Amino acid sequence: MSERFPYLKDDSVVEVQRGPEPGGAGGAYRAFGETLRGLKTTMARLIEGPMTIQYPEEKTPVYPRFRGRHKLHKFDDSGLEKCVGCSLCAAACPADCIRVVAAENIPGDRVSAGERYAAVYEINLSRCIFCGYCEIACPFDAITMGHDYEMADYDREDLIFTKEMLLAEPLERSPLKAEGE
Amino acid sequence: MIPLADTQFVEATWIMIAKSIVIFAVIFGIVPVMTVVERKLIGRFQHRYGPNRVGPFGMLQPLADLFKLISKEGFRPANAIPMLYVLGPLLPVLSAVMALAIIPWGDVQGGVGLYGIDVPIAILYFFAVGSLAFYGVLLGGWASGSKYSLLGAMRGAAQLISYEVAMGLALLGAIIMGGSLSLVDIVHAQGALWFVVPQFVGFLIFMLAGFAETNRTPFDMPEADAELVQGFMTEYGGMRFGSFLMVEYLEIIVVSGVASAIFLGGWMGPGPSFLDPIWMLIKIFTLVFLFIWVRATLPRLRYDQLMSLGWKVLLPLATLNVLVTAVLVVVT
Repeated sequence: MSERFPYLKDDSVVEVQRGPEPGGAGGAYRAFGETLRGLKTTMARLIEGPMTIQYPEEKTPVYPRFRGRHKLHKFDDSGLEKCVGCSLCAAACPADCIRVVAAENIPGDRVSAGERYAAVYEINLSRCIFCGYCEIACPFDAITMGHDYEMADYDREDLIFTKEMLLAEPLERSPLKAEGE
Repeated sequence: MIPLADTQFVEATWIMIAKSIVIFAVIFGIVPVMTVVERKLIGRFQHRYGPNRVGPFGMLQPLADLFKLISKEGFRPANAIPMLYVLGPLLPVLSAVMALAIIPWGDVQGGVGLYGIDVPIAILYFFAVGSLAFYGVLLGGWASGSKYSLLGAMRGAAQLISYEVAMGLALLGAIIMGGSLSLVDIVHAQGALWFVVPQFVGFLIFMLAGFAETNRTPFDMPEADAELVQGFMTEYGGMRFGSFLMVEYLEIIVVSGVASAIFLGGWMGPGPSFLDPIWMLIKIFTLVFLFIWVRATLPRLRYDQLMSLGWKVLLPLATLNVLVTAVLVVVT
């Protein structure tokens, strides 16, 4: 370095390692070798086989913590709704897509386990950003993020999910990723 | 005396017509299968499936493509030259089909030669007819009245002269060893040893030039879909465009057929003699697979790189190959 660049006081300049010059007989030989290496690489891909997931027939498995479409829950034993209509989810929602109208439970015809219940519970999925804050804000674990990700529809109105739709089991379950996948 | 093809061997006219119809039908049946097999194979080379929606395993894909191309409007640019524009896609089809005639599928069996015709100048014929295809490219590209087409056509012309000499010289070694220009005689001369072993350099050069002849990657400069938007085909649509595509596949079959006849022992293989055409087909498909494999692997060469490859590497190598072969043939 110092003999080629005598004006350089220190070794702060690094010489770049360059490959051999292209062209000539050596270049042609190297190009031939590299071509064979490339052919080997593509042949290995052929042997490995396709990695495509044939989507409509075959669905991408999701992780257990995947944040898909919301679900509302009921108690398993009593069948009462967990949601008490506190509107904390609506307050936490950054996209402002949840609408809750609460009503008092009538004794003898209880809907929820608490004092009040959600008379109207709507999530506008065309606004939802799937952040999961509603799930965190809920004091009773009444709303959780499910695994469904197929929510395309023809109409904006159809994307406003009512309480009945959110309480119902999804028609088709999304596959879960296996352990360690 | 130079052994020429047997000029005394005469076949009835109806046999010739029947043979040409059979060859035509079989090859034109293979071409659509080749298109879908190529797309599926390239998909596999890239970790995907390729077409698998139309029909079982996507085997009806070429039919769908054909219907789409046929049903399209026969559009012609306003500043194109009408007759030459139409002639452009026709000439390559003609030349590719003509070249099919000389590919030998087997020897004379039961008084019928299993080839289109055994001309004594088969290799000259192959080069003459093969170069004719480039007139189609040139005319089509020039008559389209578009800059991209013209550039593609000019590239095609320049590419033609830079590999065709090396291609001819590459075959010369095999011709010297076979002692004939007839493909049938050359296949007969390979009874002991396929020419791919002693003429390996010639085989390599011929295949490289074959990639250029058929406008396949890495030498698809006239098409160059990335920079010239399909080059000489830019202004074509519908079945005119389709026939350019068809010619590409026909030429692959022709080049593979000539290469397997000259270097890979033609129809020779174990088993009874009626299997000869099958062996020829297997050898052709092996080479077709090579074409597809290379297409899935190599990027397009830069324009000057093809020139320097053709003139500085292939031509001297081919000349050296011919000289060494000639000396060895004379000495032994």
